[in-house]
Amino acid sequence: MTAVLCLQRLARREISASALLDYYLTAISSRNRELNAFLHVDETGARRQAQAIDHRRAKGERLGPLAGLPVAIKDNICTANIPTTCASRILKDYIPPYDAHVVNRLREADAVIVGKTNLDEFAMGSSTENSAFGPTRNPIDPTRIPGGSSGGSACAVAADFVPVSLGSDTGGSVRQPAALCGVVGLKPSYGRVSRYGLVAFGSSLDVVGTLTTDVADAALVLGVIAGPDPRDSTCLRESGEDYFATVEQPLTDLRVGVPREFFAAGLDSEVEQAVRTSLSIYERLGAKLVEISLPTSPHALAVYYLVATAEASGNLARYDGVHYGSRITGTNLLELYEKSRGAGFGAEVKRRIMLGTHALSSGYRDAYYLKALKVRRLIKADYDAAFQRCDVIAGPTSPTTAFALGERANDPLAMYLADIYTIGANLAGLPALSLPCGKSQAGLPIGFQLTAPVLQEERLLRAARMLERQLRAKP
Amino acid sequence: MSVVTSRFGEAMTTPYETIIGLEVHVQLQTRTKLFCGCPTTFGLPPNSATCPVCLGLPGALPVLNRHAFQLALRAAAALNCQIPQRTKWDRKNYFYPDLPKGYQISQYDQPLGGEGYLDIPRRIGIIRAHLEEDAGKLTHEGNLTLVDLNRAGMPLLEIVGKPELTSPEEAKIYLEEMAGLMRDIGVSDCRMEEGSLRCDANVNIRVGDEVTPIVEIKNLNSFRFLERAVRYEASRQYERFQRDSSFRFGKVPKQTWGWDEVAGVTRPQREKEEAADYRYFPDPDLVPIRISPEQVAAARAEVGELPSQARERLASQYGLSSYDVGVLMGMGRTAIAYFDRASAACGDSKTACNWITNQVAAVLKETNTTLDAFALSAERLGGLIAAQKRIGLSRQQALDVFAKMIAEPLDADAAISALGVTVVSDDSAIVEAVRRAMAANPKAVSDYRKGKKAAANSLKGAVMKELRGAGRADVVDRVLQTELERHE
Amino acid sequence: MSTLNREQVARIAHLARLELTPAELDGLTPQLDAIVDYVQRLSAVDTTDIEPLAHALDVIDAFREDEPVRSLAVEQALANSPGRRGPCFSVPAALE
Repeated sequence: MTAVLCLQRLARREISASALLDYYLTAISSRNRELNAFLHVDETGARRQAQAIDHRRAKGERLGPLAGLPVAIKDNICTANIPTTCASRILKDYIPPYDAHVVNRLREADAVIVGKTNLDEFAMGSSTENSAFGPTRNPIDPTRIPGGSSGGSACAVAADFVPVSLGSDTGGSVRQPAALCGVVGLKPSYGRVSRYGLVAFGSSLDVVGTLTTDVADAALVLGVIAGPDPRDSTCLRESGEDYFATVEQPLTDLRVGVPREFFAAGLDSEVEQAVRTSLSIYERLGAKLVEISLPTSPHALAVYYLVATAEASGNLARYDGVHYGSRITGTNLLELYEKSRGAGFGAEVKRRIMLGTHALSSGYRDAYYLKALKVRRLIKADYDAAFQRCDVIAGPTSPTTAFALGERANDPLAMYLADIYTIGANLAGLPALSLPCGKSQAGLPIGFQLTAPVLQEERLLRAARMLERQLRAKP
Repeated sequence: MSVVTSRFGEAMTTPYETIIGLEVHVQLQTRTKLFCGCPTTFGLPPNSATCPVCLGLPGALPVLNRHAFQLALRAAAALNCQIPQRTKWDRKNYFYPDLPKGYQISQYDQPLGGEGYLDIPRRIGIIRAHLEEDAGKLTHEGNLTLVDLNRAGMPLLEIVGKPELTSPEEAKIYLEEMAGLMRDIGVSDCRMEEGSLRCDANVNIRVGDEVTPIVEIKNLNSFRFLERAVRYEASRQYERFQRDSSFRFGKVPKQTWGWDEVAGVTRPQREKEEAADYRYFPDPDLVPIRISPEQVAAARAEVGELPSQARERLASQYGLSSYDVGVLMGMGRTAIAYFDRASAACGDSKTACNWITNQVAAVLKETNTTLDAFALSAERLGGLIAAQKRIGLSRQQALDVFAKMIAEPLDADAAISALGVTVVSDDSAIVEAVRRAMAANPKAVSDYRKGKKAAANSLKGAVMKELRGAGRADVVDRVLQTELERHE
Repeated sequence: MSTLNREQVARIAHLARLELTPAELDGLTPQLDAIVDYVQRLSAVDTTDIEPLAHALDVIDAFREDEPVRSLAVEQALANSPGRRGPCFSVPAALE
């Protein structure tokens, strides 16, 4: 059931918030053990919230736009008094004393917060296998990964545990799991949504995003969480649009850019097939396909793995076992640091911290970190140039469908390649979205990615919705 | 060779030149911290002034305090620093228990203050001034280190001076002038005992054309310690220089030593880590700040007259002695403005200065008032001084009127008549009194005539007593002198 | 450019305060070496006269006013602390 439908039924009192919550809690309890989408379900808190909503609705009180809607939150987004572990041993007992800004917004909108979802530790990964609390499984085929790092959030929506969940996207972490699980994943523009309370990984890349069953829901939730926040210096000071109000309006004379670099070697043929079918649907709808080039995109992965890791090495320095987090005491302070961090962080996190530390260290900073920032500017310039000739850029979200659990766990570089199409939008700060556009022979979902110019979420959502309606239309 | 003062105050030549550069940190006088809304009040219970931001909790983000930035700009203007059009924030990465984020937000390559200078009055160059957040405070208890993060995130302005100071005395003066300036322009209260003023000294010496390695001295908790430590360190380096030919700049890396006030020596500190690689990079959580020409002009206007300018003006415009200028300067810029107005009101700047630095200062101290809040305005004080001269009030009479004018909002003439102060200036009455005093004090008279001119003072006292303090002083002097000389 | 050897990796681990077992060091070294080798391709990109792009969006001048905001209670501040004594965080004696 989409969020929109849930809200309609709740508003019409066809179903109470408590009953709706029951429905989802039952689904969770029947399959979460198998899928491990949720790390923590706050059943007591959720029931209390649902009851309160029902009570207020009965009294005829004015309610928020998401009143009674169950929502899941990725466990790297702070929730006051509810454990927030980032799927890491070093934060396994950590309970924040404050809510993230996006959580404030959801609460103000009267959403019902059900629990926290699994992720790759500190959002570093593309498969959710890097969680310290076990991987999440793909609900369509539990021997496979759900994608990452927001694997728990994508799975929760795909498995019908909740209609909406929040994730975070630094290099594709909302869009890629959305593609692999067959749901809609939206990454807004950088700065569109406040990062206050989102545990930082790559601060100039991180964005809170949404996982939903369709594009209209994404527009609805974006409208709730977007907007200014004086607690985040990098957040835009202007409000966004009313995305939900316009999402159903198709775009005429749409020019869809197709980057030749996104259809090169490495792209699975079934994925390519499904994506091209969607491109021809756009043509049928009156859009024009324009071949474009993003010439610097072959270097995007290298840029990302230098910039994101450099920022991460700074961001994760606070996990030192001194003021919070798990501590292992050695014989002196140095051992406290080294042991706490050595034992508290998983292998991928350690790899990235070290890569970032190296990229910034004396003698290497110019050749690695600064060089990467310069190439980043070129990547952004590529998109700016492309958007002179098209209105949105289209292509596959992920080069493959969901691979098997364990398949790439020992080959970090192979794992990193999962992000090649998604990374550019993070480096350039652009809004992008993945929607399901078909299935492989094996029944695995395939994702279609759209990218729009910076701050053009309205255009992005309308273009996506156009396609989605066609894809879902009964023949 | 250079001339320095020994511990006992005698000038001596040293066989070396001392080279000193001071790194000063001033804590800005804001209500809240640099990147969050926690209070900056001194002496709060441990960890009672913290929040997710200054605790470095996961997900917290910094936002720059506008007032802190304005104060920093004002300080940079006061130090005549080059001010760029754009400034930004960088992370300085290292691990220490007083640094909750594992990095300090600071400024690396685009500080808000570039090259500048401070006239002490000799011009000492400044390399740069930048803003950064303070770390928490560590205390030691047995085998534990305790961490209080109240201080973490406090706004600090770091001012790096060029190594152009040439003696321990000069170093002390530089620090005093810097502190006085920062207090004067309202940037910091600069109390070393509260940690709102901190100083490290980089010291080395030159002998002929050879130079020793730089030693950074930390733990300088007072102006006096600074002077002593620098003096000690310079002579220690000379002693080492003479016996160790490898003790030369470039052959040995810069070291950090701490000043031990009890023993009166500097001691090497344990290496914190190998030459720290701080891995500076632009802080992605903070955006650059644009500084417009209007903002720079506003900052300069806030500074107003610099102490060095005021010092010069007071000497040249009013002919005050350097001693008087010094005392007046020490009372702060409100005193200078007060002095300007009082001088204008009475036309006698020397007397005005005396009154302010003596009587006014004393009253302010006794009543624990500031000059801003002082009941007697500069204009009314000026009126009192003018009246004193015009009427010929005695010292005591003037003091009585002064007190009356503080207690009540009267001008000088009204206060004088309210008190019923009269001045006898009538010659004949005074001549009478003088003659009576002389008759009653023959010894004083003969002493005077024998050459002890000071004996006239006791005679004057006797005359004043006769006249019940109401004798016009200058007339009494004149008559007394005439009478004394007449009978010689 | 240089490839990354075991010694360098150990040094980086120390800079980042990460204790690695010998087995971890053995495993990480070739992985990091491969990644560093991969990112070196950037040296082939011509970035003459290109400024680094540290911030994706052109936001500037973000300020807050100098008004106090309520701080956390001491207990909240210390709630997640793995070591405390009274109102302070505690660690084994720091190197001075």
